[in-house]
Amino acid sequence: MSAEDMYRENILELYNEPLNFGELGDATHKHHEYNPLCGDDITMQVIIEDDIVKDVKFNGKGCAISIAAASLVTDSVKGKKVEDVLSMKSSDVIELLGIEIASVRLKCALIGLEALQKAIRRE
Amino acid sequence: MRSDFPILKKVAYLDNAATTQKPIQVIEAVKEFYTDSCANIHRGVYSLSEEATNKYEDARKKVAGFIKAEDDEVIFTKGTTESLNLLSYCLYPMIKGDEIVLTELEHHANIVPWQQMAKRHNLRIKYIKLKDDFTLDYEDAKSKITVKTAIVSFAHVSNAIGTINDVKMLCNLAKQNNAISIVDAAQSALCYPIDVKALGCDFLAFSGHKMFAPTGIGVLYGKVELLNKMPPFNTGGDMIKHVSFEDAEFQGSPLRFEAGTPNIAGAIGLGVAVDYISSHSHDICENCGGLRKYCIDSLNKLGDINLYCPENGASIISFNIGKAHPHDVASLLNDHDVCVRAGHHCAMPLMGKLGVPGTVRVSLACYNNKEDIDRLIEGLKHVKEIFK
Ligand SMILES: Cc1ncc(COP(=O)(O)O)c(C=O)c1O
Repeated sequence: MSAEDMYRENILELYNEPLNFGELGDATHKHHEYNPLCGDDITMQVIIEDDIVKDVKFNGKGCAISIAAASLVTDSVKGKKVEDVLSMKSSDVIELLGIEIASVRLKCALIGLEALQKAIRRE
Repeated sequence: MRSDFPILKKVAYLDNAATTQKPIQVIEAVKEFYTDSCANIHRGVYSLSEEATNKYEDARKKVAGFIKAEDDEVIFTKGTTESLNLLSYCLYPMIKGDEIVLTELEHHANIVPWQQMAKRHNLRIKYIKLKDDFTLDYEDAKSKITVKTAIVSFAHVSNAIGTINDVKMLCNLAKQNNAISIVDAAQSALCYPIDVKALGCDFLAFSGHKMFAPTGIGVLYGKVELLNKMPPFNTGGDMIKHVSFEDAEFQGSPLRFEAGTPNIAGAIGLGVAVDYISSHSHDICENCGGLRKYCIDSLNKLGDINLYCPENGASIISFNIGKAHPHDVASLLNDHDVCVRAGHHCAMPLMGKLGVPGTVRVSLACYNNKEDIDRLIEGLKHVKEIFK
């Protein structure tokens, strides 16, 4: 596959204008995840009430793939049960992205989900 | 020369600061050792072992000649990282002050071992500042290297931004203050002729794989009078004179620091690499300087480029393009068979100082040519289209 296939219009739009990007002052759960290999740096903030994800935002710096993936993941979990979010897998993220991810870039795609799940588990 | 590196037919290889490609001469020498003269060294009495020992020790002589050192001042290690770690473990009895002076542009390999040593022995670390023009602030160096300084350790050439440091001056400052000077020559051993006596350093470290030799072999140079007073690093076979159940007596340098079976094939490969570099030294210097300028001019012409390198630097060019993240740039360049590095280049503190999460890094070797740069620029045009 060529890398170009990853950079679809929707991915680039999310990179330029990410969804759920910013601060949640009253977050109940928070986690900062850093990938020392590429410098992707994502902080997830979540509000959980009655085992439901009420709201979620993220901020940080990263490549187009990581920012687009974090946007889509945060958008998809609002209102979801915590246990369902915890059982999300890499295949779910790739499905949300709708593109093939080169194996060397898989970590970028997954950093958002990883940060979110760690925030919920308070790791 | 390019034909000695078959892999270059496939890709525009612009990640030479990470590791260089290997010429067929080196590959053949390694193959020949395993095919015709494989035996352990310094022990067997049979001819094959003698042959292996001779080849290994010949390689040491070649490396010593290459950096103008004595044979017993050349220790074979796994690479720069191991050389610097060895020093961080063995230097304590040799030092006077309690401060270690580094610079803001060091590779993690020349930061973390010293942080660990500082923790073990309660020492302090100071960093010589980088100026806005990406060169070291030598006034700051003068104020930080003092009678309190125990060790001054710094890169000859920065792997992240290509700055070439004034080795003689820094070694001289160390000497005036009775401090030990250490040069990380990982990025300079290939392109800059090294004369340890003229540089005036106490120690100097480099990696074979960044200068046409195999991975897993490197060098620590040290002044022999220092080496023979230092405690050993790894201990075991080969580095001893005599062992009883209670204690052991150690060899002098270099065997003192080469416990266990070394990377014999790697050392032989390094010897051949050193010969190769010496016989092509003219091309090596001529080509890189011209190509660096061509690359920087082409990048500037392309536009929307932020360069992170000094005016007069080595052939290591760090940059970012528009809003594109370095990783996305490297992925897209791979579509064009262009190999570049993206990220923090094992210099996180420096990236923090530059205020970027990372950069795209192009690093040239003498076998690169204008077509490689043109391919890079074509690829970057594509990046610009996508991240417009
Ligand atoms: C300046 C510098 N120092 C140290 C190292 C570490 O070298 P090695 O990984 O070969 O031990 C490198 C390699 O990237 C380097 O560029």
